[in-house]
Amino acid sequence: MILVFCELKDGQLRKPSAEALSEGRRLADASGKQLGALFVGASSAGAADAAKYGADVILTAEGGTLASYSSDAFAQVVADAVKAKGATVLLAAATAVGKDVAPRTAARLAAGYASDVTALSIVDGKLQAVRPVYAGKAFATTSFASAVQVATTRPNVFPAAEKAGAGAVEALAAPTGDFKSMVKEILAKAGGKLDLSEANVIVSGGRGMKDGANFKLLEDFADAIGGVVGASRAAVDAGWGLPHSMQVGQTGKVVSPTLYIACGISGAIQHIAGMSGSKFIVAINKDPEAPIFKLASYGIVGDLFEVVPELTKAAKAMGIGTN
Amino acid sequence: MKILVALKQVPDTESRIKVAADGRSLDPADVKWITSPYDEYALEEAIRIKEAKGAEVVALSVGTDAAKDVLKNALALGADTAVLLKGDGQGDAFAVAQMIAAYVKDKGFDLILCGNKGLGGDNAAMGPMLAELLGVAQANVVVKLELGEGTFTAERETDGGSELVVGALPAVITAQKGLNEPRYASLKGIMAAKKKTIEELDAAPAVAGAQVSALALPPERPAGRKLEGEPAAQAQALLQALKDEAKVF
Repeated sequence: MILVFCELKDGQLRKPSAEALSEGRRLADASGKQLGALFVGASSAGAADAAKYGADVILTAEGGTLASYSSDAFAQVVADAVKAKGATVLLAAATAVGKDVAPRTAARLAAGYASDVTALSIVDGKLQAVRPVYAGKAFATTSFASAVQVATTRPNVFPAAEKAGAGAVEALAAPTGDFKSMVKEILAKAGGKLDLSEANVIVSGGRGMKDGANFKLLEDFADAIGGVVGASRAAVDAGWGLPHSMQVGQTGKVVSPTLYIACGISGAIQHIAGMSGSKFIVAINKDPEAPIFKLASYGIVGDLFEVVPELTKAAKAMGIGTN
Repeated sequence: MKILVALKQVPDTESRIKVAADGRSLDPADVKWITSPYDEYALEEAIRIKEAKGAEVVALSVGTDAAKDVLKNALALGADTAVLLKGDGQGDAFAVAQMIAAYVKDKGFDLILCGNKGLGGDNAAMGPMLAELLGVAQANVVVKLELGEGTFTAERETDGGSELVVGALPAVITAQKGLNEPRYASLKGIMAAKKKTIEELDAAPAVAGAQVSALALPPERPAGRKLEGEPAAQAQALLQALKDEAKVF
């Protein structure tokens, strides 16, 4: 079996999990295996959605002890499910929870682990993964020595493809408690916005923004086209009050949106490493020699303080917006 | 309190990456080596705990003699002692976690700190793997840490937000930018570090779970085009192109 650890949000399958399931389905078909979807939490309402993405079996570990995320409890449940089902491949989306639980589970199973992968295949009966290293300056093909192989899939890379599966539900036992750590409180999300790593459209600002308050221009534009605002390290480190969670680059978030719009960003290696996996890149910069233009699908040499408001205006006039 | 800080030597962020002749590793020529920036936050946090409530801070790295630079720097910044687990530096995160777990066992560490990922390898795996091998709590991508009596409260970054994790010590905590502002080594610290020796041990045998079989540079991006005209015309042309050619909207 190929088992996919899935996450629900407000009773719905999260998109990164749907992507991981779709890729799991493809691998299961390629290797003649079953696809299992695993849900862990207080309630698995919504888990049936996994059948839409090809799950043959839906495993649910439900219980009050699992209401709050616990690294050790979840790793125990996931590892036990892998063993019970004799799964050889375990996938999870590379989300905050996926990246926390997958390596711990892998160690528990003495399994090799590849994180944040952008391509998967089955070679000689074992998983093979391609993953960005040096924040995307290079790609490493990873092969596994272990009987069980674990990988997390980068959001926005694998298409979520609907394909009906049997979705037979099977309940698993939940652990009794006494965990080593547990989430006590979820702190407020910044504006309820999507995380950069999941965003389809990102509008980013760099040193050329001159001040944190000017990011309002980018927010207006991002709102108009259904995007999320990011920043370069230069902008985050400039003392403009921008949180590090906004930072795109080798020491920030590594992102792969469909569209990345870089405003006043020159294109330091550090930054390019974090966004060069974007499908389309737009650069808006005063300096025609800025290295960012070498990557740009579309370049605008101009003053972002003039161009961005025009973009917002035009986007509204054209009724543009993703989704 | 006894704190272990695990540090990794990595290529500087400004390094251009070249693939070595073997087709699966990094060409080390022209690479400037640094301490992984996330490990610097981990070390700074350990030193701050030591200053605030007293602690013994042990800096540890796994690798070849070259990794001694990282440990010398850690001693200059305030680590009490330093240990190099000598290996070829080729193991995956799981192998490194096993080596560190073998060293840590029965030494009475209350807290193990390291970066949330090693810059470059970008696995973000060693910390949680080490926590599992030791059977202790973990909190990853931590931007704020408070210690109680045998407990910790950590704020960790999540998808677009953050959450508070509470747990029992000993624990493995992996640091994220924002946890603190690392200091620079003082001249006094650098001089004092010169008198200290780095303990060198052979790394325990470990089994790798995965290995890199090929390393390649990303494909060249197709050439783009510049949009000319006044700002309003440029804006119009860009959105039209994104809609019609790129089909983003």
